[in-house]
Amino acid sequence: MRPVYIVGIGQTPVGEQWERSLRHIAHDAVIPALRDAGVEQVDALYVGNMLSGELVGQEHVGALVADFVGLRGVEAYKIEAACGSGGAAMRTGVMAVAGGLHDVVVVAGVEKMTDTIGKDTTAGLAMAADQEFEAAEGVSFVALNALLMRRYMYEFDVPHSAFGHFAVNAHHNATGNPNAMFPKAITLDTYRKATMISDPINLMDSSPICDGAAAVVLASEEVARTMHNGRRPIRIAASTVATDSLAVHDRRDPMQLEAAWISSRKAYQQAGVTLDDIDLFELHDAFTIMAALSLEACGYAERGRGVRLAEEGEITIEGRVPVATMGGLKARGHPVGATGVYQIVEATLQLQGLAGRNQVRDANIAMTQNIGGSGATVATHILVGE
Amino acid sequence: MSVARTWRTRRQRYSLVGERCEYCHNAIFPPRDVCPHCAEPAQKEYTMSGRGTVYSYTTVFDPPAGFEAYAPYPVALVKLDEGPMVTAQLTDLDPDDVRIGMPVEMVTRKLSEQGDEGVITYSYKFRERLERQAVAA
Amino acid sequence: MSLENGISLMKPLRPVGIVGYGAYVPRYRLPASEVARVWSGRDAELPIVEKAVAGLDEDTATMSIEAARNALARAGVDPKRIRAVWVGSESHPYAVKPTSTIVAEALDIVPLTQAADWEFACKAGTEAMQAAIAFVGSGMADYALSIGMDTAQGRPGDALEYTAAAGGAAMLLGPAEQSLALIEASLSYVTDTPDFWRRAHAHYPSHGQRFTGEPAYFHHVISAAEMMLEGMGRTAADYRYAVLHQPNSKFPQRAAKQLGFRKEQIETGLLAPIIGNTYAGSSLIGLTAVLDEAQPGDRVLVVSFGSGAGSDAFSLEITGAITTAQRQALTTKEYIERRSEIDYATYARYRGKMLMK
Ligand SMILES: [Zn+2]
Repeated sequence: MRPVYIVGIGQTPVGEQWERSLRHIAHDAVIPALRDAGVEQVDALYVGNMLSGELVGQEHVGALVADFVGLRGVEAYKIEAACGSGGAAMRTGVMAVAGGLHDVVVVAGVEKMTDTIGKDTTAGLAMAADQEFEAAEGVSFVALNALLMRRYMYEFDVPHSAFGHFAVNAHHNATGNPNAMFPKAITLDTYRKATMISDPINLMDSSPICDGAAAVVLASEEVARTMHNGRRPIRIAASTVATDSLAVHDRRDPMQLEAAWISSRKAYQQAGVTLDDIDLFELHDAFTIMAALSLEACGYAERGRGVRLAEEGEITIEGRVPVATMGGLKARGHPVGATGVYQIVEATLQLQGLAGRNQVRDANIAMTQNIGGSGATVATHILVGE
Repeated sequence: MSVARTWRTRRQRYSLVGERCEYCHNAIFPPRDVCPHCAEPAQKEYTMSGRGTVYSYTTVFDPPAGFEAYAPYPVALVKLDEGPMVTAQLTDLDPDDVRIGMPVEMVTRKLSEQGDEGVITYSYKFRERLERQAVAA
Repeated sequence: MSLENGISLMKPLRPVGIVGYGAYVPRYRLPASEVARVWSGRDAELPIVEKAVAGLDEDTATMSIEAARNALARAGVDPKRIRAVWVGSESHPYAVKPTSTIVAEALDIVPLTQAADWEFACKAGTEAMQAAIAFVGSGMADYALSIGMDTAQGRPGDALEYTAAAGGAAMLLGPAEQSLALIEASLSYVTDTPDFWRRAHAHYPSHGQRFTGEPAYFHHVISAAEMMLEGMGRTAADYRYAVLHQPNSKFPQRAAKQLGFRKEQIETGLLAPIIGNTYAGSSLIGLTAVLDEAQPGDRVLVVSFGSGAGSDAFSLEITGAITTAQRQALTTKEYIERRSEIDYATYARYRGKMLMK
């Protein structure tokens, strides 16, 4: 397998982009990524997207985006793995280049979530769950996460307030990210007083509904060497995807994200790294409970102790395991199918020393983890700055 | 839910008809073609008793489309006595009265309907177990 | 058919009895004083104390399923041997599409069964029961399930809104030798008397106010009861219990008194004061309350009333099987004690009385 490099990145601000359609938002990320890489043509375009069919009434998004970014004729299609679509698209791009089928590809993640009203968006997001035996019972996606959080609090005797540190950290970091949806710091008090949306999950446990797109250009080592944008070369040292049952009720142990465990262990092995080598971790904090469960599944904390890392300040930019360094899903925003690519873009900025006042010191190795549904698809990537 | 899908899953929804694996003897709900425990293909039909306990619970305040008429409503993960876990609404109780470990029992209730003119979907929900006073026999 | 003392009572060819029974009352209660608070503004005499109200996710099908599950639990009969599922109601969830197939499917009685919905205002349940007696009595089936169940409608502010309630009961009929209550005889008394009706597309029923009394309820109930007593060669004193259709607290008490029943004979089955008028379920749930405490050898007289109008009367004798059966499922009283009071606004929401579009 050939080494794969990130040679260009692009992203749009995350938020409610009333003036822009799905195709335009994708354009706003792909064009900057192509310019950043200094290429005009690529071999393929892979678009991570979850809900274009349900929320925009548009499928066939690969060809659509290819056309609208001036790549008409190129191989293109949509990759879907619920909220893990971006990470899965990334994995697809890596496979294409590493396998030698393509030399240069664009991986984009795009989501337009604000063209529908709340209950329809809610019904759309519930499609990440088992439609026949979870969503059909009237359980929203938020509610599924609330079920996990309630059980976690009960089983490990963790008070709700302990999760607040994840939200505070994410919002703090978002203030240094010009593309973040909520660049506004909050306090633990803000967290405690937030509106309940599906107990125990309140508004500050939860990532927002929003629009956004991010893109990266991947190239083989040979091609990457010919590109001189003056920035640090970023190699993809690991790219893995693992799965679990779609329904939470079918898991062997709902308190363990088994797919995250498998995907991360495979990634450590591929990259030949241990946890101590990783300088930052862009995790999937769609809900604060997911942040805790990811940290545990990846080996950062024992079962039931993930929240402790947040409480003890380990997850801040200066901490031992900086997470959500640009605001994470909570405060940068979570345009579902785009999130996995945002994580790659942000990790790249960190490794290239371009994270501004959010810069993690001496960042050489970064991990990203994108979760589809409540843990049924997990894509993990490890990036190394050379 | 579509008419065909409602119809296809009616035995699961009305009365928790699942399976028991002929190889590892685990109870399975909802039915599958391959056992989730041992990956063997053959299962025997088996109806769950409908008794279980609350594994976790929450309240849906912002319901997905189709459930607006019922909100807010409590939902739970219910661990059935036979082993499988199901995701279901709780009914006949106040959300404040739910607790983890609460014994519950299955009832068949109206789940959703496609407007005033559409078909009604009935499904399992769970309520706090009603204990019979005279169980001496 | 037999002719005794000049009155012809209806009796099956082979003896039939109730082999299982089950009640259902939903959890919610609306005090009559709440209706008065919203609509009358006066401290007038109230027809009942409170009525049972179905939850948002309940209808005649779901309540029938639970009552029938209780009946089957008491009977211990293989559902596949039940050859008829008949649901009497004036609040079937569909105008066209049987409630009975939903019930039959949920109880695993399908597919070799008769299934039909019955309608005769408040006597649809006893009508189904009478047909079930005939079905078993003729030998066409060993078991037939009859249900009377309603989520009764009453126009907001109307006298009926104080009483129109939700609940009912299921009766599994089978061979007399397995029964917990033997059907001694039954009788149906019907005339064309429009005291109460609901047109095809109307949400709420209309009624003739005081016309619903003497020419309708009292005439039919008392005629049917008197003919049954005469046909059986008995008097009120020969019965341990009597259950008369109960649209409110007063009517059944007045009719019972006229027939010569004492308070002790009717109080067990008189549920209207605390659950209201469950329409097609009304006389049958009175019967389940009686069966819950009856002793072997007790006799029970049941008389239903359905507007339009008619009464079905049944003479029952309790057998030794009652004692075990009583314990196999929740009692009527246990359902009634499961009580959660709601206000008029919640009631209006639960019963779909708010204009949503
Ligand atoms: Zn097995």
